Amino acid sequence: MLELKNICFERDNKKILNNINLKLDTGNFYVVTGPNGSGKSTLAKIIMGIIKPDSGKIILNGEDITDKPLNERAKLGIGFAFQQPVCFKGITVYDLLVMATGKEIDRQEACNILSKVGLCALEYIDREINKSLSGGELKRIEIASVIAKNPYVAIFDEPEAGIDLWSFKNLIEVFKDMEASSKGITLVISHQERILNIADQIILLDQGNIKKIGTKEEMFDSIVNSSVCKKGGPNCE
Amino acid sequence: MNKTDEKLLDEILGNNVHDADAYNIRKNGEGIERKVNPYIDIVPKEDGSGLDIYVKENTLFGIVHIPVIITESGLTDIVYNDFHIGKNANVIIIAGCGIHNDLHQDSRHDGIHRFYLEEGSKVKYVEKHYGEGKGNGKKVLNPITEITMKKGSYMTMDSVQIKGVDNTIRKTNATLYEDTTLVINEKILTNKDQFAKTDFKISLEKDNASTHITSRSVATNSSYQEFNSNIIGNTKSYAHVECDAIIKDSASVKAVPEIYANHVDANLIHEAAIGKIAGEQLTKLMSLGLTEKEAENSIIHGFLK
Repeated sequence: MLELKNICFERDNKKILNNINLKLDTGNFYVVTGPNGSGKSTLAKIIMGIIKPDSGKIILNGEDITDKPLNERAKLGIGFAFQQPVCFKGITVYDLLVMATGKEIDRQEACNILSKVGLCALEYIDREINKSLSGGELKRIEIASVIAKNPYVAIFDEPEAGIDLWSFKNLIEVFKDMEASSKGITLVISHQERILNIADQIILLDQGNIKKIGTKEEMFDSIVNSSVCKKGGPNCE
Repeated sequence: MNKTDEKLLDEILGNNVHDADAYNIRKNGEGIERKVNPYIDIVPKEDGSGLDIYVKENTLFGIVHIPVIITESGLTDIVYNDFHIGKNANVIIIAGCGIHNDLHQDSRHDGIHRFYLEEGSKVKYVEKHYGEGKGNGKKVLNPITEITMKKGSYMTMDSVQIKGVDNTIRKTNATLYEDTTLVINEKILTNKDQFAKTDFKISLEKDNASTHITSRSVATNSSYQEFNSNIIGNTKSYAHVECDAIIKDSASVKAVPEIYANHVDANLIHEAAIGKIAGEQLTKLMSLGLTEKEAENSIIHGFLK
């Protein structure tokens, strides 16, 4: 179980996360949704250890990991797929998958992982993770790196962002498989209805607060009516 | 050869010298072992200044090793090796210099390699430089490569210098005639207070001559690197130069691009980027469980691979 206790995070006098309390149970597929600026990505990064909360505690299976650095949390079983995949010069897809698994895997094992995200493995395995790959390809490789790591808590920050409809269709299948087979906790930040449909539980964030948690059926009205800027335009406040 | 010699050879060749079709091992200024075959001949120059390597026309998949090792502190070794590659020949040439200097005097090797590629020939040239030893005598390597490529010839040059060399000035000059391609991949890592300067001057003289130069370097501690490239397109030609450097600590890197189009159909591109390792790259690899140091090493290793 992953538990967040009284997590607060403030920047530029704005409360990004306001006393968040949350319990995530093993075996569940959670989707965090909410308007832009509601604190979704910040919440995910705080769990991974990419940013530190101003106050509060993070407990993973009874262990306080609040002060543990990013790489130690990774070793304790937390994985994170970035919204904007990182490019490298010289590091190949195979290299990244070896680092993700933390052991020497052979090319066949690497190919099997890539196949799970719908990439024709032989075409990609030796390619550098650089800008010659499309946004959709980079995104799938990013997701593959988390699948390869096989973490207890798998976090995906807007996996659908920046990918085309065709790739998105495949992506949904990837998450459906994950939902069916995962023995840990999956936490996906998303606005997409088809990802919300897979969720065991949906967490609705609004202005740094958890507005509601529930099943899709329980949440539908809240999501549709969640606060959005009513004014719009350049003078929006 | 003793164990130090064998280790130096391993570092610069990466495989057993005796497996080559032809080779010449030069140690402390003198040839100590040589092998030739009916297709590849290695002939010492009469004045003793170096070698002429002759590859007969239509020779296929010949492998030639021309390593130099220096274990004598204070030695300055200058050698001129000329490679004559016959028409339609296809060879791999692995050269380089390893210096072991345990004493306080400087050891220096200046290797001047001249390549003459006849029509339709193909050469893969691999050059690796390596220095080691506990003494404070500097390990100095100044390779000069001069390349002349005739119609339809193709050459790749992989040049690697990873640590250990205190001072280097590398010069590569090439003249390309019609339908030729020259691909150069250079990798350099400097540390401590090392100095490395590379100069490329490529003249694209006839139609459809093209060159691709990729330089990747890492400068750490207080080392200094300088990359100069001067590409001249005198005809319908293409050039792409890419200089990427990672800088750390208090190191300095200077990149000086010069491209000169002397013909309306000359298409010349130069890209240069210098910067520290991106924080997001470290974060990604640390999110996979690597420590910051391991992540940094993996990024540098991949960059120079």
